[in-house]
Amino acid sequence: MNYLNENIDSLNKKLQDGEITAEDLAKATVKNIKETDKKINAWITVDEDAKPAEDLDFAKNKLAGIPIAIKDNIITNGMKTTAASHILYNYMPVYDATVISKLKKAQATFVGKTNMDEFAMGSSTEHSYYGATHNPWNLDKVPGGSSGGSAAAVASGEVVAALGSDTGGSIRQPAAFNGIFGIKPTYGRVSRWGLIAFGSSLDQIGVMSKRVKDSAEVLNVIAGPDEHDATVSEKEVPDFTSFLGQDVKGLRVAVPKEYMDAVDGEMHDVIQKQIDVLKDAGAIINEVSLPHTKYVVPTYYIVASSEASSNLQRYDGIRYGYRAKDTKNLLDVYVKSRSEGFGEEVKRRIMLGSFALSAGAYDEFFKKAAQVRTLICRDFEKIFEENDVIVGPTTTEPAFGIGEEVSDPIKMYNNDLLTISANLAGIPAASVPAGLVDGMPAGFQIMAKRFDEGNVFKVADFIERNNKFYEKTPTGMED
Amino acid sequence: MKITKDEINHVAALSRLEFGEDEIDKFTEQMGDIINMAHQLAEVDTEGVPETVQVVDRETDFREDKPEHWESRAELMKNVPEKADGFIKVPVIIDKDDNE
Repeated sequence: MNYLNENIDSLNKKLQDGEITAEDLAKATVKNIKETDKKINAWITVDEDAKPAEDLDFAKNKLAGIPIAIKDNIITNGMKTTAASHILYNYMPVYDATVISKLKKAQATFVGKTNMDEFAMGSSTEHSYYGATHNPWNLDKVPGGSSGGSAAAVASGEVVAALGSDTGGSIRQPAAFNGIFGIKPTYGRVSRWGLIAFGSSLDQIGVMSKRVKDSAEVLNVIAGPDEHDATVSEKEVPDFTSFLGQDVKGLRVAVPKEYMDAVDGEMHDVIQKQIDVLKDAGAIINEVSLPHTKYVVPTYYIVASSEASSNLQRYDGIRYGYRAKDTKNLLDVYVKSRSEGFGEEVKRRIMLGSFALSAGAYDEFFKKAAQVRTLICRDFEKIFEENDVIVGPTTTEPAFGIGEEVSDPIKMYNNDLLTISANLAGIPAASVPAGLVDGMPAGFQIMAKRFDEGNVFKVADFIERNNKFYEKTPTGMED
Repeated sequence: MKITKDEINHVAALSRLEFGEDEIDKFTEQMGDIINMAHQLAEVDTEGVPETVQVVDRETDFREDKPEHWESRAELMKNVPEKADGFIKVPVIIDKDDNE
């Protein structure tokens, strides 16, 4: 079963009408993944015996019997979870992340875990212990990252929707590179309990799907308070599908000049075209400035790496995961297990974080970054006083070639220029396909005030209805 | 800002990581570049600006520190790399060589 021309509604109808059983759907999905993945390597673990939940209620649960892909940093009871790291090569969780419990309650089917950059640190899915994922639009290109496996699985039609996580753009950048929709909800909208921690003040689980509505359906299920995560808001969760199908007349749309200046040529044109469509439909377009944009990359890398260096202390080779052989004392177990278990990029981030937090460097680096973060938040607050959404490109360029940037960390970090502000400010942000640039997909980014995913969905759905990008088939999937 | 090999070795020790001689030179150079990029923030005026370390919309939620019963000890021990008699096995704290 290939999902290129399916969505949650179409599958739900087929299941309700008895046109296909959920058992057969699970089997057909796994069979197609096995075949398609020879080309794209989007999965780390595929459950060959995947089965639907029992007593499926298709009328009550939209997701009943529908296979959803899960990024491999979200823990799944009894299904190996590696975060694409050697250090967790055999880790078998004994409980479910909250988002998994919620999907189980909604009777979704689980078929496996998707590839990613190790511990979600990367923008290309090349930093995976389990090999790089290939972009379904051009197999020689990266799918972006870190949720590159989830994005490629959706874009290639292996599944209809996937969970990803976004610390600095890890849902939106791969969504843009693969020509699909992806949303990072507000920080505090979705529980992080059971998400393998990277940067705890930035991490957020979100959804990726070909169609905007499918992400709204999945977000409806996974959002909301959780006794295990005290950072989740107790605000009421609206029905996100209720924001679809609306017009954008009178909507106040801010376009940061720093974002438009970051793109040129075809990329600029394809983004400008989406803005023009909004304008023609009656939206009010305001040019604005995000003056600290040039500082977001260093701010983010200090904050995220500092949090990571602290979060990744737990990998010591004692209670779970990889333990080095031939060690002579306890300290040696820690040092050797970590040095052999972590990949290069993860080590770089731990080192940067330890440095930024160390005596003598703290004020100049960590504290400074935390202060600049305040200024970045203020830039957004000011814009949202007079605007409903902020739009612009998701990335400066479309997908780059596999191997092209992997040896140059700074070049790789700059990929996140346009996405990381949303994480620093904790606001919701999504990427919806805008069109093709040199034959590769380009993403249109939409951000809104905290807890206003509604306006993000409203604009994304309007853009989707207008450009109908979903009608295109990824060029790398044609034989 | 110049980052030296000694500084990298110090940070590696703090991070419980070690690098081979061949790796350390490349790492020192890369870390130097990254730290220099981070150092750009020095030019931002942050006089009197408070720090943002979290973006949460609610107060810290205190709960009772109450242990809960977990059904299966064996299940909890499932991922332990080395164990004996239901305990986690770790090597000696001082060197094995000194101990023998």
